[in-house]
Amino acid sequence: MGALIKSSILRKVVMALSGLFLVLFLALHVTINFTSVFSPDLFNELSHFMGYNPVVQFLMQPILILGVILHFVLGIVLEIQNSRARSVNYVKFKGGANSPWVSRNMIISGLVVLAFLGLHFYDFWIHEITFKYVESNPEDPTRYYEETVQKFIPMWRTVIYVIAFFLLGMHLWHGFSSSLQSMGWNNKYTASVKAFTKLYALIVPAGFIIIALYHHFNHLSQ
Amino acid sequence: MNLVLKIWRQENAEAKGKMVEYPMSNVEGDMSFLEMLDVLNEDLINKGEEPVAFDHDCREGICGTCSLMINGEPHGPDRLITTCQLHMRKFNDGDTIVIEPFRATAFPIIKDLVVDRDAFERIQQAGGYISVNTSGNTVDANAIPIEKDKADEAMDAATCIGCGACVAACKNASAMLFTSAKVSQFALLPQGRVEATDRVMNMVRQMDLEGFGNCTNTGACEVECPKGISLENIARMNREYMSAIVKG
Amino acid sequence: MGSLESKIPSGPLAEKWTKHKNEIDLVNPANKRNIDVIVVGTGLAGGAAAATLAELGYNVKTFCYQDSPRRAHSISAQGGINASKNYQGDGDSDYRLFYDTVKGGDYRSREANVYRLAEVSGNIIDQCVAQGVPFAREYGGLLDNRSFGGVLVSRTFYAKGQTGQQLLLGAYAAMNRQINRGKIKSYTRHEMLDLVLIDGKARGIIARDLVTGEIERHSGHAVVLATGGYGNVFFLSTNAMGSNVTAAWRAHRRGAYFANPCYTQIHPTCIPVSGDHQSKLTLMSESLRNDGRIWVPKRLEDAQAIREGKIRPTELSGDERDYFLERRYPAFGNLVPRDVASRAAKERCDAGFGVNKTGEAVYLDFAAAIQRYGEEKALTSGIKDPDKATITQLGEEVIEAKYGNLFQMYEKIIDENPYKTPMMIYPAVHYTMGGLWVDYNLQTTIEGCYCAGEANFSDHGANRLGASALMQGLADGYFVLPYTIGDYLSDDIRTGPISTDSPEFEATEKAVLERINKLMNSNGTRSVDYYHKKLGKIMWNKCGMSRNAEDLKSAIDEIAELRKDFWENVKIPGKEGQFNQELEKAGRVADFLELGELFAKDALERNESCGGHFREEYQTPEGEALRDDENFKYVAAWEFKGEPSEAVMHKEELVFENIELKTRSYK
Repeated sequence: MGALIKSSILRKVVMALSGLFLVLFLALHVTINFTSVFSPDLFNELSHFMGYNPVVQFLMQPILILGVILHFVLGIVLEIQNSRARSVNYVKFKGGANSPWVSRNMIISGLVVLAFLGLHFYDFWIHEITFKYVESNPEDPTRYYEETVQKFIPMWRTVIYVIAFFLLGMHLWHGFSSSLQSMGWNNKYTASVKAFTKLYALIVPAGFIIIALYHHFNHLSQ
Repeated sequence: MNLVLKIWRQENAEAKGKMVEYPMSNVEGDMSFLEMLDVLNEDLINKGEEPVAFDHDCREGICGTCSLMINGEPHGPDRLITTCQLHMRKFNDGDTIVIEPFRATAFPIIKDLVVDRDAFERIQQAGGYISVNTSGNTVDANAIPIEKDKADEAMDAATCIGCGACVAACKNASAMLFTSAKVSQFALLPQGRVEATDRVMNMVRQMDLEGFGNCTNTGACEVECPKGISLENIARMNREYMSAIVKG
Repeated sequence: MGSLESKIPSGPLAEKWTKHKNEIDLVNPANKRNIDVIVVGTGLAGGAAAATLAELGYNVKTFCYQDSPRRAHSISAQGGINASKNYQGDGDSDYRLFYDTVKGGDYRSREANVYRLAEVSGNIIDQCVAQGVPFAREYGGLLDNRSFGGVLVSRTFYAKGQTGQQLLLGAYAAMNRQINRGKIKSYTRHEMLDLVLIDGKARGIIARDLVTGEIERHSGHAVVLATGGYGNVFFLSTNAMGSNVTAAWRAHRRGAYFANPCYTQIHPTCIPVSGDHQSKLTLMSESLRNDGRIWVPKRLEDAQAIREGKIRPTELSGDERDYFLERRYPAFGNLVPRDVASRAAKERCDAGFGVNKTGEAVYLDFAAAIQRYGEEKALTSGIKDPDKATITQLGEEVIEAKYGNLFQMYEKIIDENPYKTPMMIYPAVHYTMGGLWVDYNLQTTIEGCYCAGEANFSDHGANRLGASALMQGLADGYFVLPYTIGDYLSDDIRTGPISTDSPEFEATEKAVLERINKLMNSNGTRSVDYYHKKLGKIMWNKCGMSRNAEDLKSAIDEIAELRKDFWENVKIPGKEGQFNQELEKAGRVADFLELGELFAKDALERNESCGGHFREEYQTPEGEALRDDENFKYVAAWEFKGEPSEAVMHKEELVFENIELKTRSYK
């Protein structure tokens, strides 16, 4: 941990690795969630597996939580260090002339996503933990679809989801390719890989947004 | 043309600085930016005021002495040139030009627009060399053939003039582009491989000690670099560093 | 005070250096730890010397006025560095490099020094490659060479158009290694203001910390000056803004003889002056003359029309143009040496044929080369019956590949496309061959005070060949001075540390402080630049590319008068105890105002034309330089006697045993 605090490159690498892990997780998450749009049964089946498989629950889940915490704690530490590196600010700073807005404001998109994660944890994770371990309810492999749909009935939550995923898209737009650069991956394939990361940053958040909107409006029309 | 200059004035490192406005008339397009400041200073001296202190030397874009944040960009709005090569024809009559020093905690101000870039010196002293004696009794220069591509790439990294524009442009005041250019030049050449592990560890350690910010890959440094040093160098340094850690 | 003993070793030319090295007294490693050496200036010569001295075990202190040693003006050298490696197998040898350099210098340099330079030139390349200097390479992975002005072999090594930068970074890296080991202490933003002599020996310097304004005393067993040339005496030159003569001049005032101050190289291909605001001049590499044709309009009225912007140069047909170099020098054409090309351009402009608004520019035209390369390229690319536009496009591509960066630089400064409109160029002050007189060991006439690189006078005679300055700086710094200085230092192993509390340090510091106070308290009305520009005008008009006795005499008077005015009426704002760029400049200009006078005096005494020194009275009927080997085959070394006008000349006769003196002809 000492080396991590001292070495800027190690901090970058940890930031990149945890980020890449979360990028992978998002792909899994959006894939599973998307099944809810066309097959409630498949969605229930997959959700039940994720909720009760011991490898997922007791190995993958802690790693994920650790990854999230590491990513945002380190992100905030970096932000503090970076603002200290320029103690007096410019009167005029034209960042837009040389770099995209999203790349300079990862802390903003990151904090919005973090705030959203709070709501998300409250909505699903706390609920699950309470259901399974506090109230010790019996297993019910069919409850997931209905619970999910219920969440998207209120307009306010749907709006928050849409905004959060829009910002997640911005975060990924820079973050995904940036993490590869941090890992030292910059060569003749970089241009095409970068295009892929941008596509990813569009598709994954769009997927989540479509799911949220689908359930919101699908319910209204019923 | 007529211009309004807003220039950062600061008596010395401890003093509090402020922006001061100077109207300029009869500026010619053929003047370089620094010649325009020469004219301003000549006026100030004649009026009995202290001239604006700014760093400059070769005035042909290679020594890396000149700096200046001009309208929010290091070395001004033009690309791939230093402030001394910027000409006034890039500006329009009636423009207001904001001129500030390169700002970073690791670059303390000496006076007005002059900053102390010794942090760069210390980074290079920490390992920016190949440990070979200057006896001249090394192997013949042609004893080590080097792939032309590799030699050219090393040359591209070596063109860094150490001006500090990368730090000035970076929202985090990170010195990764500078340090990586120096690391890369030697990492790409067989002569430099022998000490590559120690070199990257020592130079990065020194860079961190100097209080520069972290790199967040915004790419501003690459765009503003007057010599077009590539971000690939930063990726290379990251690789070098990680492999150095693995090797111990 | 010392005498002019050149200390050239006896024996055959090719064996002198080896023999000398074998006979030099050495200092044992344990004793070197007790010896301090001061190196002023950290360009190629100073940086290389500092690194090598520290490696040998001496304690070194380096001083530079820049904020980093690597910013010294050596960094601006573009073209390359010569070495007699003979990698191309074109018959190069140490002797040939020696011969070309002596001949190029118009037979006014010292044979033994030049031969040594050629002898160690190969080592420089080995050394630099080992240090990681990324020289240009061929596809086979071996080093590439290019040819350079006026020689018949290809011996120039280069790193793009930034050879000086790469070599300096190499020397700087070697310095850094020693700084990291604690063997070099580097003082940046420090300027040497005087030399301290104890018992006639150089034992330290007085320096000003440019950030705090503090005056400091630094002692050493020897002092090395590697402070570059004094081209800025002309105000406008290709030198850096801060390049100055102060360190050398202060040493001169303390007893070091100043040799051949009038030998100045005026480089033909520079970007012309655009107006009164001009602060410096930019060089365009000599290599451009390989493909560019130099011309002015044949008729005065055309020249006038061009100056007024009424016609474009491209509108003039071939018959209406005067390709004056090709006309005057059919054999060498546009590739005559620098001094010849510069004078010819000046002659045309003086006659009223100049082509920019100031009337001081000639054209360097690539249209013919573009056409030729375009046709060639069309042929090799198998394009049948190409139209004019295709040929031009192909030709421009070839030119871009060869000189792209130079063309881009020109366009940034002049704002004209040099592919379409001929480039405008004019000669500019570039390098000074004169400098402090040194013996074979690079010691000045002050014991313990050494001088290396452009600051000394030794190797280039009256004219320097392209790509030779880098070679000399590194040869002096890496391979000559660190060994020859041992001969002197071997007597100092029991001296112990030199105290800075001695009366000599006290007195010298006092003199420095008095001079600063005098400058700060003159309460005048005029800026330092005002005087510097005035001095520059006198120098350029009367001591520039061509000189005559009458002008030189009036220059001497005018400079003396200007100097007097300067000390009475200069105005320096701010305080001495702070960062004060005007005070820095004032000290430098004050010294230029003395040097300028000696310069003119030297030019007046040399009643011949040789290399960069052209006296109008001494020319052939065709207007070529007329050298006088019978009366002027000597080095003029000036001794300071209170005022530049009182300086006394000492002669070192030049002996040529290995080379036959000939008239340079390029017809």
